Amino acid sequence: MSPSSASNERLARFAVSPARKRRDLLARGGVIVGTALAVMPLLLIVYYLLRKGLGVWSVSFFTTDPTGNTFFGASSIGGIKSAILGTIEIVALASAISIPVGIGVAVWLVEYGRGSVFASAVRFFVDVLTGVPSILFGLFVYIVLIVGTGSTYAGWKGAVALSLLMLPIVIRSAEVILLLVPGALRESALALGAPRWRVIFSIVLPTALPGLVTGVLLAIARAAGETAPLLFTAAATLHTSFNLSGFMNSLPVQIYKDVTSPTTAVVNRAWGAALTLVVMILLLNLIARLIARRSRLA
Amino acid sequence: MTPNRPAREVSDVDPDSHARLEREEYSTVEQGTEGASEPIVRRITGAREQPAAGSAPAAGESTEAQTKAGPSIKLEQLRAFYGDAEQVKGIDLEFHANEVTAIIGPSGCGKSTMVRCINRMHEEIPGARAEGRVLLEDLDVYDPTVDVIAVRRAVGMVFQKPNPFPTMSVFDNVAAGLRLTSRGRGDLREKVEAALRGAGLWDEVADRLHEPGMGLSGGQQQRLCIARSLAVDPEVILMDEPCSALDPIATLKIEELIDELKQRVTIVIVTHNMQQAARVADRTAFMLGGQLVEVGATEEIFTNPSDPRTEEYVTGKFG
Repeated sequence: MSPSSASNERLARFAVSPARKRRDLLARGGVIVGTALAVMPLLLIVYYLLRKGLGVWSVSFFTTDPTGNTFFGASSIGGIKSAILGTIEIVALASAISIPVGIGVAVWLVEYGRGSVFASAVRFFVDVLTGVPSILFGLFVYIVLIVGTGSTYAGWKGAVALSLLMLPIVIRSAEVILLLVPGALRESALALGAPRWRVIFSIVLPTALPGLVTGVLLAIARAAGETAPLLFTAAATLHTSFNLSGFMNSLPVQIYKDVTSPTTAVVNRAWGAALTLVVMILLLNLIARLIARRSRLA
Repeated sequence: MTPNRPAREVSDVDPDSHARLEREEYSTVEQGTEGASEPIVRRITGAREQPAAGSAPAAGESTEAQTKAGPSIKLEQLRAFYGDAEQVKGIDLEFHANEVTAIIGPSGCGKSTMVRCINRMHEEIPGARAEGRVLLEDLDVYDPTVDVIAVRRAVGMVFQKPNPFPTMSVFDNVAAGLRLTSRGRGDLREKVEAALRGAGLWDEVADRLHEPGMGLSGGQQQRLCIARSLAVDPEVILMDEPCSALDPIATLKIEELIDELKQRVTIVIVTHNMQQAARVADRTAFMLGGQLVEVGATEEIFTNPSDPRTEEYVTGKFG
């Protein structure tokens, strides 16, 4: 056998077969099409939000309460001030309840409860709660805090419903993040003679902070967009209120009411409100990320 | 091995400032009002007013330095378990005060587990427990009245992989031990500088104290971790393969440091590197299958071991 025919033979042995090329093309194509399919609705949502929502935005849109008057054209329907402020108040209270409790539960699960039966039970119920439809949290609060006490709708009751919804999200995301903190860091802090609670506050939580922020933001974003838990807990009102024990408007409920209206101007206000909600969550995201990044390097 | 290396001729850079700093560091011991900075072992036991006679420090050392002498450590029938698996199977072993004792042996023989029993880090692993006694001088660290936190403040530990706290600067890493144990008040800066000098890192990081500790090289990070444990003024330092993630030059620096530190503390070092054991250790213990095979002067263990298994291991026939 001559040397050249030997090398040809080797070339043939290592050549890419047409079948493999086809499979490669098919797989690549599938992945690209899948990605495009997933991104398209997202882009369309953003596109429609901007197209329909931006046109409604004006100074008075943000600075006036809805009037409730829907019959005399766009000039008389009012803005969404009460809804923006209501959402901020309700979500802030819900966060104030669910973030400390949720992170506390996660810390317990990771730092103290490892391997215990109770921890597995907690984890199981948290998982179940994650899958509970949001309207059930509203119903629960409605039954317990409104029917049960014979009282009426209030902003704080809506916040309780939202905090119940946020809790499993915060717990689950925080638990995953805390598990990612290297055990070696805990060990070396403990070996310095630090009490466990100090290790948690000074080493574990700061190390996990960026991840915790992400999880919390996810929960806040989810809660801020929920309509069902608020519909029959905080109800809706036209007026701006800073009293959490009274009726309170909120963006999702406002959107829900507006979008079912027969008046075009009111439906357009729903688009404006939806865009506002998205922008608010985006801003919150940016701010929190900046804070988290700064504190990491401090 | 250089057992008779002249003690404490630390004069690479600036002997005066070094000595001054040391005095300052020790002076906190003298001033210690409510006994807060008095060595913990002594505080708990009330024992050891005088340093052990057998470990007389080199002549010419200041009296302050003498009171700084580390304690001896004695293991009595120490057993350690992970769940039902017995990893350390009844060890009797003494670590002499102000000496470096190396623990050698094949992987999985229980070296690390045994060492982690000395500062009670072993029990941090779920399901792990220990039996027997670990005596710092005459204090049994497993006595139910002993506070595990006090034990860990007296017995520092350096781990295999350098692990500076990632959220903290160089300065904060060293200060962390003091802050975490509520002793971060007062002359924090001086204590941090003293610890960094003690770890031979000061000259390299003096101008970047406020940069992240993770930005240092691997060897520097490990010396930062040593500085971190020095800052809380321990009496014993346990080292669990401190050089296994480092290059030879960084390793050499750590070894020089170990030789220096033994003036102040008792050192136990776990190592896979037998040359390292030969270089740094005064005494060497060989472990196999959770048991102590033999312990003796390092030269003895490497040149004339009494157990054939030791000989086979140190000559590279297995392990």
